[in-house]
Amino acid sequence: MSTVRVSVGTRKGAFVLTSDGKREKWDVSGPHFAGWEMYHLKGSPADPNRLYASQTSGWFGQIIQRSDDGGKTWFQPGTPPGETTTPEGTPKGESNKFTYDTSAETGKPLTTHQWYDGTQHPWEFKRVWHLEPSLSDPDTVYAGVEDAALFRTTNGGRTWEELSGLRGHGTGPNWQPGAGGMCLHTILLDPKVKGRMFIAISAAGAFRSDDAGKTWKPINRGLKSQYIPSPESEVGHCVHRIAQHKSRPDTLFMQKHWDVMRTDNAGESWQEVSGNLPTDFGFVIDVHAHEPETIYVVPIKSDSEHYPLDGKLRVYRSKTGGNEWEELTRGLPQSNCFVNVLRDAMAVDSLDKCGIYFGTTGGQVYASADAGDSWAPIVRDLPAVLSVEVQTLP
Amino acid sequence: MIRVVLPAHLRALARVKGEVTVEVEGTASVLSVLDALEAKYPMLEGTIRDHATRVRRPFLRFFACEEDLSHEPVDAPLPEAVVNGKEPLLVIGAIAGG
Repeated sequence: MSTVRVSVGTRKGAFVLTSDGKREKWDVSGPHFAGWEMYHLKGSPADPNRLYASQTSGWFGQIIQRSDDGGKTWFQPGTPPGETTTPEGTPKGESNKFTYDTSAETGKPLTTHQWYDGTQHPWEFKRVWHLEPSLSDPDTVYAGVEDAALFRTTNGGRTWEELSGLRGHGTGPNWQPGAGGMCLHTILLDPKVKGRMFIAISAAGAFRSDDAGKTWKPINRGLKSQYIPSPESEVGHCVHRIAQHKSRPDTLFMQKHWDVMRTDNAGESWQEVSGNLPTDFGFVIDVHAHEPETIYVVPIKSDSEHYPLDGKLRVYRSKTGGNEWEELTRGLPQSNCFVNVLRDAMAVDSLDKCGIYFGTTGGQVYASADAGDSWAPIVRDLPAVLSVEVQTLP
Repeated sequence: MIRVVLPAHLRALARVKGEVTVEVEGTASVLSVLDALEAKYPMLEGTIRDHATRVRRPFLRFFACEEDLSHEPVDAPLPEAVVNGKEPLLVIGAIAGG
């Protein structure tokens, strides 16, 4: 029988939740890296026991952790487990190093972005928000960071280099931080078109590369954001999350600051599909593993009240790719619930029926083993959940 | 031999318990001690001073012999009691919420 592994990043450590394919009884391990902010953990599609984790702290900066045994043990790449120096001597301690490329050869010395008050502000690395392992090579991973930029490792996390064509695209001076910082939070690797990838930045928008990250174009036509001076501008949109089904990679779904959107031409143009949602503000969006037109969001009341409407935690599902939404409430609290669901905190498994998972800032991780019809908490009292990722293991 | 006391999170990263010790050639200073510390425990690179700028992280301070050395020149000689191992160099994390 298949196994499901749920990797949960929280404000105070990481947790790994495992179950068999029934998804009724769960083992909980953790906290790993207790006391640290664990922004994101994700497994390699090419080697499911290879996990990468972003461990971060306001005191001690950024750490990258790696597991080669499915999360049982961890080490900093370049420093083998139980050893204090690398066998070859160098590079040592480079796995934590994220420095922007300003070289004349490959870097474009774009040094400022827009600050909250409209002035220009230098780029400053703060943390890794999202790690996206390659679809085919377990040693290649992309990292989305704050201040927004894209990095890549091709040696299992030992060293990282910036793909500076994104930050140097030319629109950088118009990028600005959202309330959570100026973060590159979503990375989608196209499973069909070689070299194509999508990223999203809050608050700049969505971008696409067709040459493996060398050059980029903004793909925000159709987005309307009333909270910026030019609501339909090329960049500046606060995209919260984009999602894709692997069978139809040209179709993307977006939860924006306000509005749920979709594109069917790889981002060339977007249409709003908020339809009958009670509020179209939110953070997460994801796609059913087997039904590319079935999508999920968790509506949040507003950009200043980050909790569900009326204290009722409701997932909304559309089986028509948007516009027509049904509320899913069975097993979810329907009174006095004022948690948030952050942008990286929803994921799906690939079992039949598809499992849906999300974590809350109240420390609950909810799971549905029937595509959202009913829900139950796997755990109730973790620290605030930052991210949820799921692996379906044979 | 220089004794160094690290915050608990950094001891966990370095997989050590209690104080650590480092050997420094030439003048013992915060700079030479951190260089030796990172050479011995490379997983600490970037955690005490920024990887790019090599500047002390703002939530960390250096103390020894009840003196705050955080704002002294990083290559200033350490107190004799630290050099001869009677007192440790303390790396202290700010007591800040969360």
